[in-house]
Amino acid sequence: MGNTITEKILMAHTNLKNISAGQLINARVDISLGNDVTAPIAIKEFYKAGGKKVFNKNKIALVLDHFTPNKDINSAQQCKAVREFAQKHKITHFYEGGSVGIEHALLPEQGIVVPGDLVIGADSHTCTYGALGAFATGVGSTDLAAAILTGELWFKVPSSIKFVIYEKLQKWVSGKDLILYIIGRIGVDGALYQAMEFTGETIGKLSMADRFSMANMAIEAGAKNGIFAPDKITSEYVKKRAMRNYNFYYSDNDAVYSDTIEINAAKIEPQVAFPHLPSNVKGISKSGRVKIDQSLIGSCTNGRIEDLRVAAKILKNRRASSNVRLIIVPATPEIYRQALKEGLIDTFMKANAIISPPSCGACLGGHLGILAEGERAVATTNRNFVGRMGHVRSEVYLAGPAVAAASAVLGRIASPEEL
Amino acid sequence: MIFKGKVWKFGDNIDTDAIIPARYLTTSDPQQLAAHCMEDADPDFITKMKTGDIILGGKNFGCGSSREHAPISIKAAGISCVIAKSFARIFYRNSFNMGLPIFESRELVDAIKEGEEITVDSVRGTITLTGADKTFEINSIPPFMEELINDGGLMKHIAKKRDNNEKKYI
Ligand code: SF4
Repeated sequence: MGNTITEKILMAHTNLKNISAGQLINARVDISLGNDVTAPIAIKEFYKAGGKKVFNKNKIALVLDHFTPNKDINSAQQCKAVREFAQKHKITHFYEGGSVGIEHALLPEQGIVVPGDLVIGADSHTCTYGALGAFATGVGSTDLAAAILTGELWFKVPSSIKFVIYEKLQKWVSGKDLILYIIGRIGVDGALYQAMEFTGETIGKLSMADRFSMANMAIEAGAKNGIFAPDKITSEYVKKRAMRNYNFYYSDNDAVYSDTIEINAAKIEPQVAFPHLPSNVKGISKSGRVKIDQSLIGSCTNGRIEDLRVAAKILKNRRASSNVRLIIVPATPEIYRQALKEGLIDTFMKANAIISPPSCGACLGGHLGILAEGERAVATTNRNFVGRMGHVRSEVYLAGPAVAAASAVLGRIASPEEL
Repeated sequence: MIFKGKVWKFGDNIDTDAIIPARYLTTSDPQQLAAHCMEDADPDFITKMKTGDIILGGKNFGCGSSREHAPISIKAAGISCVIAKSFARIFYRNSFNMGLPIFESRELVDAIKEGEEITVDSVRGTITLTGADKTFEINSIPPFMEELINDGGLMKHIAKKRDNNEKKYI
């Protein structure tokens, strides 16, 4: 009996000869990630357990991206605690200030996470790196403390659901729409404790940006990880970035899956997830006339240069509706600079957009774009829970960058075709 | 361990933003987090509940962020344990890692009403409803997870194994 790519990567990080779904294992971790919200608790736990030295200073990434630029005194204190830890232990991958980007866009871009890695992060969207053909999963702060102390962590080997996606995508349909469609179909716990493995001819043609968006939202279906087999597109992406050697793993033909779901991509139109669950999905043609107050284009789901290019194509020579605050967040400094070079930022500013520094701020309702009572936002982010972007009686509609840009112009949720 | 308390009932997919909204994450102080426990699911929860009470959730309790602030706020508020039909996986591991007792029981959640009192016996694996002759079974957990709870969480477990010079902690 063969193994899935998820099982193979996990196994390669143990001394075991075979592993199977459901087994509890202890595995070596290549990169452990924390941010300004989750690392402070991990640091406390690290010291409480008598920690004196980190396991390996090159295998830890600390990214101050959530409440930064520091929102208030409390968040400044949290950042200070992480900074002091990073300095004391000489952490190689420490990012703050002008070098900071949203962690899940930053780590792959900088070549810190690579194919075949086992990555844990005290942030649920750590699953993003599955796009590279790595096993990556979100854990808690105590897990992070354990991993930076010992270099290892306990895992339950997940069973895998195989998604086979075929046919050509329609115009304006992106990886984001695919994953929203899938979550709408299987539900927010449709892949609970499992791996989501994305395969099929459509997937083979997707850009890395689209794959990152999809893997990013695996957690919204309850999954432990989302994963893509590496291919030429993966190679192109990593070869100019990787800081270390990397390995490509593939599922065996006779690997065991708990389920196989086939999806005809040609039948999918741009998708919108209505409040208050990412599974509450409708096609754009069935979304009705929903007025919006804010449009947010950014986050670890859709703040990459490819996303900004799509938004700029739509916003070129147009302006955001006077009733809409359009906020654009380049996810990393490199993306920001590239957007400047390509004239995208100029297009956005002419469209009356606010350009935010790379930050999680608005996405999690932290700062830099909070919603008031009764306000509605369309956002290219990944969660639309009650109160996610501000007041408990505000609403978030999730969509891809094309719909978010078109909606900003028309002041209501809209398809780019309507422009 | 035995937990006896009044039950507060919540629905399916209670997410970490409902348990502890992100706007309070500029601190990790347990008492400050406890003050906002379950605020966006029920704004009065923290004033109504008493120490030792039990939270009952539906499917996928604790979905969303990895924030350990969620189980921390529940524990610091004085909730003795959480029972749900199922838990989201990061919340599940966080709870074991930091020592918040959680139990899965599908039938119990449907059968019990808010305000009723129950007794959880984690050793026997049963939950009983006070004043009624009803017993429910708790889904069993792997021995390693039991060890984690008995040791008081992951870091204490690791420290113990290190003291005993055991290389692996699982
Ligand atoms: S952008 Fe949003 S979802 Fe992504 S890491 Fe930041 S807060 Fe989390």
